[in-house]
Amino acid sequence: MAEESIFRPFYTVLVLAFACSALVAGAAVGLRPLQEVNRQIDQKKHILFAAGLFEEGRTVDEMFAPIETRVVELASGQFVGEDVVDPATYRQLQAAFQEGKALSGDEDPAKIRHLEKYSLVYLVQQGDRTDQIILPVRGKGLWSTMYAYVALDGDLSTVRGVSFYEHGETPGLGGEIENRRWLAGWQGKKVYNPDGEVELEVIKGKSADQPPAAEYQVDGISGATLTIQGVNNLMEFWFGEHGFKPFIAQLQNKDRTNG
Amino acid sequence: MAESNRELLTRSIFKRNPIALLVLGICSALAVTGQMTTALVMSVCVTLVVAFSSLTISIVRYHIPSSVRIGLQIIVIATLVILVDQILKAFYFELSKQLSIYVGLIITNCIVMGRAEGFAMSNPPLASFVDGIGNGLGYGMVLMSVAFVRELFGSGSLFGIVIMPLTTDGGWYLRNGMLVLPASAFFLIALIIWILRSIDPSQEEKE
Repeated sequence: MAEESIFRPFYTVLVLAFACSALVAGAAVGLRPLQEVNRQIDQKKHILFAAGLFEEGRTVDEMFAPIETRVVELASGQFVGEDVVDPATYRQLQAAFQEGKALSGDEDPAKIRHLEKYSLVYLVQQGDRTDQIILPVRGKGLWSTMYAYVALDGDLSTVRGVSFYEHGETPGLGGEIENRRWLAGWQGKKVYNPDGEVELEVIKGKSADQPPAAEYQVDGISGATLTIQGVNNLMEFWFGEHGFKPFIAQLQNKDRTNG
Repeated sequence: MAESNRELLTRSIFKRNPIALLVLGICSALAVTGQMTTALVMSVCVTLVVAFSSLTISIVRYHIPSSVRIGLQIIVIATLVILVDQILKAFYFELSKQLSIYVGLIITNCIVMGRAEGFAMSNPPLASFVDGIGNGLGYGMVLMSVAFVRELFGSGSLFGIVIMPLTTDGGWYLRNGMLVLPASAFFLIALIIWILRSIDPSQEEKE
């Protein structure tokens, strides 16, 4: 044991803390580019999962090739050019926190608090027709903010797939939202009812097997009531007026005038 | 030291297993033993952290004032855990996502602190390093045994490779639901302790 004097503990702690923080800072800074690459690959993977384009054994970049990344102004639903916002470098979450519009209680069922002006969207083109669009969504669950991608069919109402990629819900209960078997149950469900309202909903227990309810209902997860409430809220928000509804309306108008 | 390095390495695996005899590190043994892959990664991470924290602390043990020793040990351990976490995120992203919070929880793994305080503070660096490796291996052994049973009978697979197809996936094996839950590890660890103490009665507590 070291000899004790009054100052000795202070400077031993200082020296050691300094050495350790240098190590940690060095690792964090030095490894960040690699981690960033991993994170982007992971994001792309989840976009591919949502779109149903993921295949084992092919590289992510190869599979991602047919997907076009665009930026949309949420309020107007219009695409914005690369000169305004560059999709390659746009950090959506950062934008939401730094310059996002603050949302008040009623207009914010998903409890995201700040809404960015622009959002990334991913388009899968087949010829000159849009085969599907993939939208990033997020919202508060029981413990954490849950992040997901939702892929919509070319008809702009049918869900092609959903992929939750980041959340801090209880493993085994709310955490089951990332279970692929459960997510598969979203396929083919409709978001909007004929009146244009968001009808898509995860219910408690098994979904109805008779239309029209069956078209909008997804099986619940037992033990995950509050998480599921969050999922429903975030779907309601992101497909509503403040979310992607203007964008979807724009796309529909374009289709009509084109065809 | 009376014990050779070789003894130090092996004694922690059977004779003085950190989980079975000292009953340390139970929390993570419950949490990550659902699959063998995560158990393996966790074992490797803990082994590295214990070995290097013991080594570091042993090297600087003459400079550590006893009034702040626990704090200093925690600083060293926390640094190593953050390094492991960063490295996993950079090179093994999928695994780091699966282990998520558990890597951070290595800091609170009692084995690491226990070896730093109980062994490294009063022993030379090499012996401490070997002791750390030994304890990591002992921990790993229990973890892997528990994970083997839990994954095989709970999910019908080993290292993610299907051995017995589950009924939920159209196979014949009805999974044992209890083994999927972390609490089942309690029973398995108890069985392991029982077996170890039957083989080596000297491990039993004196009445």
